[in-house]
Amino acid sequence: MNPEIIRVVGYVVAVIAFVALNAAMLVWMERKVAGHIQRRIGPKEVGPFGILQSFADGIKLMTKQLIVPEGADVLLFKVAPMLVMIPAIMCFVTIPFSEQLAARNINVGLLLIFAIASVNVFALLLGGWASNNKYAVISAARAVSQNVAYEIPMLITAITVVMFTGTMNLQEIVLGQAGGFWNWNIFPVGKNIGMVVVMPISFLIFFICSMAETNRAPFDLGEAESELVAGFHTEYAGMGFGLFFLGEYANVFIGCSLSVILFLGGWQGPFGLLPGVHWFLLKVYFLIFVVMWMRWTFPRTTFYGLLNLSWKILIPISLFNLVLTGAFIKVF
Amino acid sequence: MSEMACDKHKETFVLNMGPQHPATHGVLRVKLVMDGEYIVEAEPVLGYIHRMHEKMGENRTWAQFMPNMGRLDYLGALSYNHGYAAAVERAAGIAVPERAEYIRVMTVELNRISSHLLWMGAYLLDLGGFTPLLYAFDDREKILDMLERVTGSRLTYCYFRFGGLYNDVDDQFLAEAKGFVARLRSRLPMYHTLVTKNVILMQRLKGIGVIDADMCRRYGVTGPVARGSGLNYDVRKNEPYSVYPQFDFDVPVYTEGDSMARYMVRMDEIEQSLRIVEQAIDGLPDGPVMAEKVPKIVKPPKGDYYHAVEAARGSFGVRLVSNGTNTPYRMKLRSPTYSNLSLLAEVAKGVTVADAVAFMGSLDLVIPEIDR
Amino acid sequence: MLRDRIKTALAALSPLEITETDHAKKGYDLDVQVSPDQVPAAAEAIRQEEFFIEAVTGVDWFGEQAAIVAEAAKVKAAAAKKAAAAAAAAAEAGGEAVPPAPAPEAPAEEAELLPDVMEVVYDFSHYQENCRVVVRTRVPRDNPELPTISSIFQGANWHERETHDFFGIRFLGHPDLTPLLLPEDADFHPLLKDFKA
Repeated sequence: MNPEIIRVVGYVVAVIAFVALNAAMLVWMERKVAGHIQRRIGPKEVGPFGILQSFADGIKLMTKQLIVPEGADVLLFKVAPMLVMIPAIMCFVTIPFSEQLAARNINVGLLLIFAIASVNVFALLLGGWASNNKYAVISAARAVSQNVAYEIPMLITAITVVMFTGTMNLQEIVLGQAGGFWNWNIFPVGKNIGMVVVMPISFLIFFICSMAETNRAPFDLGEAESELVAGFHTEYAGMGFGLFFLGEYANVFIGCSLSVILFLGGWQGPFGLLPGVHWFLLKVYFLIFVVMWMRWTFPRTTFYGLLNLSWKILIPISLFNLVLTGAFIKVF
Repeated sequence: MSEMACDKHKETFVLNMGPQHPATHGVLRVKLVMDGEYIVEAEPVLGYIHRMHEKMGENRTWAQFMPNMGRLDYLGALSYNHGYAAAVERAAGIAVPERAEYIRVMTVELNRISSHLLWMGAYLLDLGGFTPLLYAFDDREKILDMLERVTGSRLTYCYFRFGGLYNDVDDQFLAEAKGFVARLRSRLPMYHTLVTKNVILMQRLKGIGVIDADMCRRYGVTGPVARGSGLNYDVRKNEPYSVYPQFDFDVPVYTEGDSMARYMVRMDEIEQSLRIVEQAIDGLPDGPVMAEKVPKIVKPPKGDYYHAVEAARGSFGVRLVSNGTNTPYRMKLRSPTYSNLSLLAEVAKGVTVADAVAFMGSLDLVIPEIDR
Repeated sequence: MLRDRIKTALAALSPLEITETDHAKKGYDLDVQVSPDQVPAAAEAIRQEEFFIEAVTGVDWFGEQAAIVAEAAKVKAAAAKKAAAAAAAAAEAGGEAVPPAPAPEAPAEEAELLPDVMEVVYDFSHYQENCRVVVRTRVPRDNPELPTISSIFQGANWHERETHDFFGIRFLGHPDLTPLLLPEDADFHPLLKDFKA
């Protein structure tokens, strides 16, 4: 048998297992973080520190009946949750966890991730529309315009990185940041003194956009529960809802790992210390913690405030950043 | 409403918000005619928790009706106790000992603080901020514990009697209340840094749901909502009752009339209530907590009587009609949020759902009190 | 003073009765009794003085007229009995034979039974001054109708709707009298005194 096929199958299984396990861990982490921010303990009954809580929840969700509401488009209704999961899993293919640990080293990895990840919004649209529920439809419309608005500044800031590093290969972007934190793209003192002005802003924009893209609070307008009940997944029960839930956490992981790869040196250690997967996971989980921290601290923005932020602030700034990047690359 | 809803060319649709909806706090239903995200028409539909308290009042004796008062506004039940007791006392000409009135004021103000704290938490929940609720509950829990010791219940209080109180407070309660005043005072700045000064919160509340003074007048709006619209109206000051004239406190008034103004009024009221509680503890006179010559069966003389008190949500009024027997002939309960909510249809026109939620939350709705 | 001003304004409408009451005893300052069709004019006068509407209360005086008649009959019968007793006593004192007592008159025949009424009470209050005005009007119980004030005080809309729910009092010109607190298909009025569940 072709060893390449075995390798691919092995990676697929590993990635799926990682996505599911990671999402379960993130749910647990979210609940613990929320608990401690809110002066309570969070889950503690199932397993040590309640670490098995997510698995108990998962089993509960899987044993529940999948209810298809009357008047729903049955096919699309059932396809939508899978459409959330599949791109999330596919995105993991290009992410370099360490120098060796990457499913595929593709030379347009960054582009591929953006291309695949944008299918996600399609799934939200379908799920919301197929539910035959007015709240879900409003939410689907919101999710689409939100994604369209935030894709633009996100891509522009990604372009600044690509211009700076000269590659779209994620592995190479990480390799270019070797040596120490002064070489990381967020604050590249060691490489290009001009970019020190541009990159922190780019990182901020990118991080905000990735939160908006993944529908995380304070930008969780898609499922804004006090307005739209539960948004696009209002009508989903059991594992249908569970997949949306897992997909969200998988997307959060992807968003944060992209931020880490593009700006925070990926799997590189801060002082040129032993690089490896632990650095990568440490940085990603720290960013995820920041995301959760924000969710449990801030109230939700309004939909129009959100769009204004993107179209009137983030896009102009990111365009300006792009111009500056071009200039600085030439000058320094 | 129907004309709008049927107009196919405008592409409007009807959205049922409630009776089970996270932002309607219980069982309010609002029928919204929507044009995309914008509300064309809003029509509150009431009655999902209507229990006909006014009929119940006609079928039991004056004293037996007191427990119903805890079932109207379950968050500020002691104000309602106070309103009803005071109305019957006015009708029957019962004088209340001063100590009892001091304790009434003290407990009512603690109850008002707990109601405002819960509102603050629940309002932030409406706006998508989850954490303040838990912080507010932390403080509210202290109040409930204190009140539980003296009144015997944590939520649906039935503590006041005609001519006094069910029982006296003890030193432990006074010490705890004093400690609580200090504690909440030290925590209020934290609430302001955590919540009030948040940029997103300001963006969501400033200029949202503006009510002007004239609109208040037309709809009979009272309480923090009126005070957020620049009307200096507080029954405790305007129509002094109980021992309130003996206390030194301010009525916070904001002129903007938006949700932020209502938010600030309530937050400032917590401070003022703390001042009243503190003064009541310090000046608590000795003496009985029950008037001596209260008849076993109260029979107010023929006639009608009105008494209003400042509840946590506005002016709560009781209109009694007595025919001289041991049961009320007619019992009208004027609940503040009933009037406050009635302007929703006018204010919600042309705003987005999110802003309507922010506006409705700022009215501090308690549905059992609206539906009675 | 506001109380005097509003009193003059309302007195100009020539209401049936206008009395100043003791706030401490009754809880309101001015009690105005008007006929049903005077209600909007009174409300308008009150609005001019910048009052706000507090509540609208219905009261069903079912059996009131019968009670009045019965009371009158009782008084009359008592008086007659007293007169008879006095006559008997006088006769006894005089030592004469007791004359036959005058036959007691049948009360129902004499006193005319007026139709029962329902009362609608409007409470108004003021934001600046401590002054509560009560406007009350009486409508016949078998045809309870009076004009609405919901165009003068928009807040009266719900209060009137509620009064219609509970008493069946029709407010003419009200935009929407469908049940508010009761179920939307309710055809009963629970606060009527002859309502049986």
